[in-house]
Amino acid sequence: MIKTFEVKSQDFQSAGQVSSAIKKLLKQLAVPADIIRRIAVASYEAEINMIIHSLGGTIVLDIEDDNIALTFQDEGPGIKDIDLAMQPGYSTASAKAREFGFGAGMGLCNIKRMADYFHISSKENSPTVLSIGFKVIE
Amino acid sequence: MKLADIADKMPLKFLCLPDDDLLDNDFTYAFASDLMSDALYLVNHDAGKTLLLTGLVNTQSLITAEMLDIKMLIYVRNKEVPQELLNLAKDKEIGIAAFAGTMFKACGLLYDFGLKEAS
Ligand SMILES: Nc1ncnc2c1ncn2[C@@H]1O[C@H](COP(=O)(O)OP(=O)(O)O)[C@@H](O)[C@H]1O
Ligand SMILES: [Mg+2]
Repeated sequence: MIKTFEVKSQDFQSAGQVSSAIKKLLKQLAVPADIIRRIAVASYEAEINMIIHSLGGTIVLDIEDDNIALTFQDEGPGIKDIDLAMQPGYSTASAKAREFGFGAGMGLCNIKRMADYFHISSKENSPTVLSIGFKVIE
Repeated sequence: MKLADIADKMPLKFLCLPDDDLLDNDFTYAFASDLMSDALYLVNHDAGKTLLLTGLVNTQSLITAEMLDIKMLIYVRNKEVPQELLNLAKDKEIGIAAFAGTMFKACGLLYDFGLKEAS
């Protein structure tokens, strides 16, 4: 099953709605709770990143029997130094994003920790594509 | 400690209690922060027995609780909580209570009751 969700830039009002919908769907499909929780946390951080750091984009959820994959693709502006962005505590978040409780610089490293598979590709003035995967073992 | 006893002693004012059974729920851990990424990073076990304390009264703290499977949110310093947010909490089956004092006071009391830091 493949589902696609839209994410708008700076749309703080609906921030988290996609991750919330994904969590609900996985619950209906009776995916084990601890796996749902890891997916939910990673998805929420990645969704927030698209809202606060990017020009918007799409989230694609791909559910297979033994694997759940998520792809977060935005329209830029991209990440100049991925190694630096991955470092715990590194953040370029705006004051507005901080008001909403984000910008601790812990998002990317948490996403990586939660996922079984993690790949991010980006450069300056380019889209960012983040792909993560979770093995489903009953 | 049972939520009902915690609420009595602190005291807490319930703004949303989706299920009365929550009052009998034992809470053993607490996590306090206005940084939702820190909560998402640091709460890893027994989320159902963990209280999330924050001064961040918005959907982001509620969704953070939802993503982590946390059942009870405490907003400190008696901030105004919009009805819209309470409706959303009911929808997500997450309890919300208000504490009149500061975050420091709330944490001190919970520590005194024997609650431990979330891990
Ligand atoms: N989708 C994205 N587009 C552009 N930059 C991003 C994106 N995601 C993350 N970043 C960059 O990586 C940094 C670290 O991200 P993260 O670890 O999630 O921390 P935070 O979001 O709290 O700043 C961000 O501050 C930002 O500079
Ligand atoms: Mg982030």
